[in-house]
This record gives sequence, structure tokens and C-alpha cells, in this order.
Amino acid sequence: MLGAITGVIAPALAMAASPPGAASCLGCHTVNGGDNPVPPIGALEAEQIVSAMQAFRTGARPATVMDRVAKGFSDEEIKAIAQWYASAKPK
Amino acid sequence: MTLVEANSTYVACPFSNAVIAGLRELDQQKFGYDRLRGNGIDVVHRKVTAVDTKSRSVRLDDGKQLAYDRLVVAPGIDLRFDAIPGYTEASAEAMPHAWKAGEQTLLLRRQLEAMNDGGVVVMSAPANPFRCPPGPYERASLIAHYLKTHKPRSKLILLDAKDAFSKQKLFEAAWKELYPGMIEWVSLSFGGQVTRVEPATRTFITEFGTHKADVANVIPPQRAAAVAAIAGVADQTGWCPVDPVTFESRLQPGIHVLGDAIIAGGMPKSAFAANSQARVCAAAVVDLLRERTPASPKLINTCYSLVAPDYGISIAGVYQPANGLLTDVPGAGGVSPMEAPKSFRAQEATYADAWFKTITRGVFG
Repeated sequence: MLGAITGVIAPALAMAASPPGAASCLGCHTVNGGDNPVPPIGALEAEQIVSAMQAFRTGARPATVMDRVAKGFSDEEIKAIAQWYASAKPK
Repeated sequence: MTLVEANSTYVACPFSNAVIAGLRELDQQKFGYDRLRGNGIDVVHRKVTAVDTKSRSVRLDDGKQLAYDRLVVAPGIDLRFDAIPGYTEASAEAMPHAWKAGEQTLLLRRQLEAMNDGGVVVMSAPANPFRCPPGPYERASLIAHYLKTHKPRSKLILLDAKDAFSKQKLFEAAWKELYPGMIEWVSLSFGGQVTRVEPATRTFITEFGTHKADVANVIPPQRAAAVAAIAGVADQTGWCPVDPVTFESRLQPGIHVLGDAIIAGGMPKSAFAANSQARVCAAAVVDLLRERTPASPKLINTCYSLVAPDYGISIAGVYQPANGLLTDVPGAGGVSPMEAPKSFRAQEATYADAWFKTITRGVFG
């Protein structure tokens, strides 16, 4: 697969402004949900993402994989990701 | 934006081991490019025959030229048919690799279905690096599941050119629990290195002896696929060195390389990793076109393996650029816990399925 880029496309433009780590969330999470056991990230408020990530990191909240992922992010990084997803929500 | 892709249908490798084991159909692995066209991307089903880095243009096999400002290449892998004496492209009929999903996947499945109960399946796994590090062991697990269900007197021998593998303790514990006595893993130190194969008799020759198979699966060593060499982005190792912030080739300015083909430091050759890289690369390309400096990224990998249909295990990692490579963020990542209830394994199997749906929908619409 090979892409020759001669212009700028909208989805990439949106992701260009995303903070470090945010893009990878979409490997598992959808933004808007649907038939999926993984919670849609776009449905959450910024504070909900921050408190969930912090609880995953300490182990206070049980997890299968999010505990291992959350340990890779600082408080500042988590906050930036949370705010970015919350602000990207349809108003 | 133009997407050049040789094939009109994409056949996904993740979950293709479940197709081999009869748990899933190949049609569930197939995806088309029509929805990308709907998003304003020009999709061209052609092969690339040359890349001119001076004039920044790509030549296609119909003679057409495409000019580019930035070129992004996701070569994937080619199997090395020069690596194991006796193992050529023609011998992949008698001894399928099934390491690129499609007809090979179905061929291996049919051979398993045709095997008598009491038969011996022999697999071989290559040394690192190769596509999907836990893949051979997931495959051994799901073939064992098929054998246990349909041909319980059979066994599987896995000849390995390594002494250690991804999620090893989890796999070995699960094999003991689910498939006792059925899977024999032969490590490098105990004669796992295949030095030659004889396709006519489905025989593997190792430094320590010979193994004659009723069904043979050779997973040969690999390299970045041919388009990497055409673009001049592969080095003498056969893989592609890149900048870990932009994924721009270390060898060819203006060309970015993604996925299994790259030398990604700590990041494995997985579909999740490739997708994470693609998202970061797309953002970096936009920054570069606007003459902005891309910020240092963080990337995640999560990789599920099925040991049985309701038994999933995972490995995860978080990565950041360090010393010119993508490097594990200390303290993060790791594998599923060794001690876990059945419900935990079942939940990971459910998440594996959800991941496949989400990532394929995200890519193909």
C-alpha cells in the first residue's frame, strides 16, 4: 500500500492537533460507540477520562489491558488527551 | 491524495489463524477500498514499478506517473524463499506458509481437514524479526484446538529458530491446561533450527534430526516487501530505518515508511502498531507540508492472541522516541497476568474480536 500525498486531507488535519498518545486510543476505542464492548471514548467527559486513567494506573480500577497502557502516561499527558477528546465531541 | 494498492481486495492477517482452525471464514477477513474512494481518496489498483526520488514521482505498471510532495509507503513483508534450502515459492503448495492471508490460509486449513486422526502437524517459526511475533504460537494453539476437537490422537510439533518467544509463559501455561501433551515446542537450543526441507515428503531437517509431517507449515524468514527496495528505503538488513517522530525514511527524504517493514525499535510488527504509526505519520506529514515541526509522539500497541475461541491473552506497550528509535516507556506495558480466572481470558477474547472490528472499520470504513 502506498500513498502519494499531494494535498491535505481533513481527518489527518484534525489528528495533527492531537496531543501525544491520543491517536492510538482509536486502535480499540470508537468515538461514537455502536455494537462494541469497548467504551466509546467520545461519550466521556474530560474528567471521566482523567479519573479512569488515573484509577487504571494505580490499579484502583480493575482492567484487562488499560492498567498496562495507563502506566505509560503522565498526569499532564492524560489531561491533554482527555481535553482533546472532550473538545472534539459534537456539540 | 492517491492510494496505490496492487490488490483490489485486502485480506487481513489478524484472525486468519482462526480461519485455519475452522473457527472463522476467509470472507470475514476481506475488505474493499470503495469507502475510501467515497472519502475523496483516489484509489488506484496498480503496481509501483519505480520511484524517482529526484523528480519526486512514482511510476505505475501501466506507465502512468504520479507526482508527490510526500510519499507514504506501507510495504508489508515478503517471505524469503532463499532462506531455507528446499523451501521455494513452489514448495509452499506442499508446505504452506499461510503467513500472508488468502489462498495459503485456505490451503493449510484444507490440509488439516484432510489429515487422519493420529497425524503429526509440524510447524516451523523463524528467528526475529518477523511479522506478528506471537502469531506462530497463536496458530499452534488454534490448530491444537482443532485437533483436540476433531482429531484428538494427533499432535503438533513446533520447531523454533529461537529460545524464547512472545507471551511465552502464558502460552505454555495455557497449552498445559487446554492441550496437555498435544503441542511439543522445540527451541533453538534443542534442535529447533530448520536447516533444510524436503517438500515432496513434507520433511523438516534440523541440526538434530528429521521430522516427517502429515501437515507441514513453514513460516520462513522475512524482509520488507519488494516495493521497499523499489523506493530505496530498505537497508542491508532487508528492513527500513525511519525517523521515530515522522516515520520519514533515513535513506530517502520525502518518503515515509510504516508498519511491518520498518525498524521500529521496541514496537513489534503488529497491525495495531502499524495503525498507531500511520496516525502519527499522517499528522507529521500535515505538519511538514505546513512547514511546522512535528511534536514528539507517543504510540501504543496492544496485541491479542487467541489460545482457544474463548481464551484470549494480550501484550501491550507504550512507546516514545529515544536515541533515534521507538522505545518502551519504562513501567508501562507487559502481558496479561499469569494467574487469572476463566472470565478474564474470555473477556480478552471478546476484546480481541472487538479490536478487529474497530480497526478494520477505522481503516476501510
